Amino acid sequence: MALDYIHEFLFGYYPYICLAVFIIGSALRYDRDQYSWKADSSQLLRKKGMGLGSNLFHIGIILLFFGHLVGLLMPHAVYHHFMTAEAKQLIAMVAGGIFGTICFIGMTILLKRRLFDERIRATSKPSDIMILVLLYIQLILGLITIPFSAQHPDGSSMIALANWAQYIVTFRSGAADFIVNEALVFKLHLVLGTTIFLIFPFTRLVHIFSGVSAPLKYLFRSGYQIVRKRG
Amino acid sequence: MKIRAQIGKVLNLDKCIGCHTCSVTCKNVWTSRQGVEYAWFNNVESKPGVGYPRKWEDQKVWNGGWERKSNGSLTPKMGGKFRLLAKIFANPDLPEIDDYYEPFTFEYERLQKAPSSTAMPTARAHSAITGKKMEKPEWGPNWEEILGGEFSERSEDYNFETIQKELYGEFENTFMMYLPRLCEHCLNPTCVASCPSGAIYKREEDGIVLIDQDKCRGWRMCVSGCPYKKIYYNWQSGKSEKCTFCYPRIEAGDPTVCSETCVGRIRYLGVMLYDADKIKEAASIEDPEDLYQAQLDIFLDPHDPEVIEQARKDGVPESWIEGAQNSPVYKMAMDWKVAFPLHPEYRTLPMVWYIPPLSPIQNAAEKGQIDMAGVIPDVHKLRIPVKYLANLLTAGKEEPVVHALERMIAMREFKRGQNVDGESNKELLSQVGLDENTVNDMYRIMALASYEDRFNIPTNHKEYAGETPFDNEIPFDTRSACGFSFGNGCSGGTSKPNLFGAKTHQNTMSGRLHEPGSKGGRS
Repeated sequence: MALDYIHEFLFGYYPYICLAVFIIGSALRYDRDQYSWKADSSQLLRKKGMGLGSNLFHIGIILLFFGHLVGLLMPHAVYHHFMTAEAKQLIAMVAGGIFGTICFIGMTILLKRRLFDERIRATSKPSDIMILVLLYIQLILGLITIPFSAQHPDGSSMIALANWAQYIVTFRSGAADFIVNEALVFKLHLVLGTTIFLIFPFTRLVHIFSGVSAPLKYLFRSGYQIVRKRG
Repeated sequence: MKIRAQIGKVLNLDKCIGCHTCSVTCKNVWTSRQGVEYAWFNNVESKPGVGYPRKWEDQKVWNGGWERKSNGSLTPKMGGKFRLLAKIFANPDLPEIDDYYEPFTFEYERLQKAPSSTAMPTARAHSAITGKKMEKPEWGPNWEEILGGEFSERSEDYNFETIQKELYGEFENTFMMYLPRLCEHCLNPTCVASCPSGAIYKREEDGIVLIDQDKCRGWRMCVSGCPYKKIYYNWQSGKSEKCTFCYPRIEAGDPTVCSETCVGRIRYLGVMLYDADKIKEAASIEDPEDLYQAQLDIFLDPHDPEVIEQARKDGVPESWIEGAQNSPVYKMAMDWKVAFPLHPEYRTLPMVWYIPPLSPIQNAAEKGQIDMAGVIPDVHKLRIPVKYLANLLTAGKEEPVVHALERMIAMREFKRGQNVDGESNKELLSQVGLDENTVNDMYRIMALASYEDRFNIPTNHKEYAGETPFDNEIPFDTRSACGFSFGNGCSGGTSKPNLFGAKTHQNTMSGRLHEPGSKGGRS
């Protein structure tokens, strides 16, 4: 009974708490505390490890993000037109494995730098270390799911997870029921994943928003220069 | 034609004594905070030398400034928009803090509290980043002070390009000069161009280039974009910072702190009018040696009635037009042609200009005589090679520098003749194309350099802000506002590091912490 309740809470209600805090918190921070809104790069203090580590990490995690976005939220009816669930799962496993490995290499370099480089450690805020460790654990959990997925090549696990995600974002009840029988590692991955949304506004992760908006603004800026009128 | 006004600046290197008062007063006002200990918005370098950060002038290393493509267009040297954005995760053109220096402080307390011992107590250097003891500081904002270090290292100086430099390593032929450096507040700034967030901007009314601290996201492209390396990444706040040209002072008609406190009276501030429509054309002229002239060509004569009329149309206040007419900067750059931009080849059209230094005549003592070109000594015999100055100030073109040096020598000789020998040698003047009135004006402004002659700064007219009459409210809005602060110093909240980890209620300018219980961050 208690386990049922916890399951229902973690996969039926907790995601909404996380998403609400994510949206409201980010908006609030953007409005109230622009000065704290930044990428918080430490490259100036130590170049070593950034070229490889930061690039691999960012490229890997961006591709993983879009993989998850499309993989989880694309309605089954849409991809059925051009591929089977089996094929989709295989693509997800292979792409996830490759991007995950790229990200893992980058993140290992960055984590080592963050924890063991004297300068970086001394200037790290607790949230800098926490978020990196959480993402690292999340990435490892994600990689561990691959062999578990391989046990269900028919795509059933993937469909269950996608149903869960689609029910959550479309505010339909019963989302948690889809994944009652999934392996523990999937559940951990989901809980930690939603938790990252929860803490997002309180960490440097907010720079992801700017990482999307700044390049767009920059590319569409006419010419290069900016002159501000007084006032 | 679109006329804009800018407060320009000239530094008379002939009179710089390298006392660093400018650097110290600037540091005390602007960068005595955590995260920017290593940053000197103004620093004075001894030249020849590789400077601070190391080799900042060499854009083969840092990729700062602009590059002219074969089709005549300009892109930042670090890359066009796509290439620049590709560097956002790890910027290969970003200096490491060691290229500036690891900031440090000394353990002064130990000198007072060390127990009695046979040896003198020492105060070791401590890193301001890690707090740990440092073996020794290894670089700084003027590490090569008065030719410190070996010539082989100093001779990596970019300005030695195209010069047979070995000769100048010999004691008998050595030379030096000081180069105070600050943000150039360029007409075509690469820092502005390379900021993906659009946080850096040039102010329309006075040309000051500023970073909006709220909009900066710390992508650190500007640090690389600026060829003068005058944008500094604050490693504590995660935002870039730069020389503000002391805009709160400039707005009130006061000179910048570095200018105000300059002991040698070498700094000049005054209005320059320029044609904003011609910036692109001037910056993309093909031959770098023509860039100096191209920049002169976009400056406008404030006495020309057409210019005055257009300036009024473009919203330049009357007092600024008047300021331009009495601008010492205009006189030195345009009338007398003795001031030059620093490294025009970066194509940023810098607005802090320099008067080249005179130096003793080489070998004069040995020979007992001086080679004369007419009645003026041959400036090629000056101890500082003309080519070196030209590489610094005119992208290598020697004629304008020679012309300026000759004028300065002529002025000096003429006034010496007047004051010491009691005779006016007009021939001296005609040889360099000057008349007596002009040379007296030059003497008054460049040599005597009274406060009033050095600084002609009209106050900022906030009543001109905005488009409609209702915008007149703007100055009233700002009247009782918080004023200058870092971060969210003016917003509410009670905790010191707020919910999101940023500091609130700390007067970062005085270094004193906010006292608990009092309202607001200013005490």
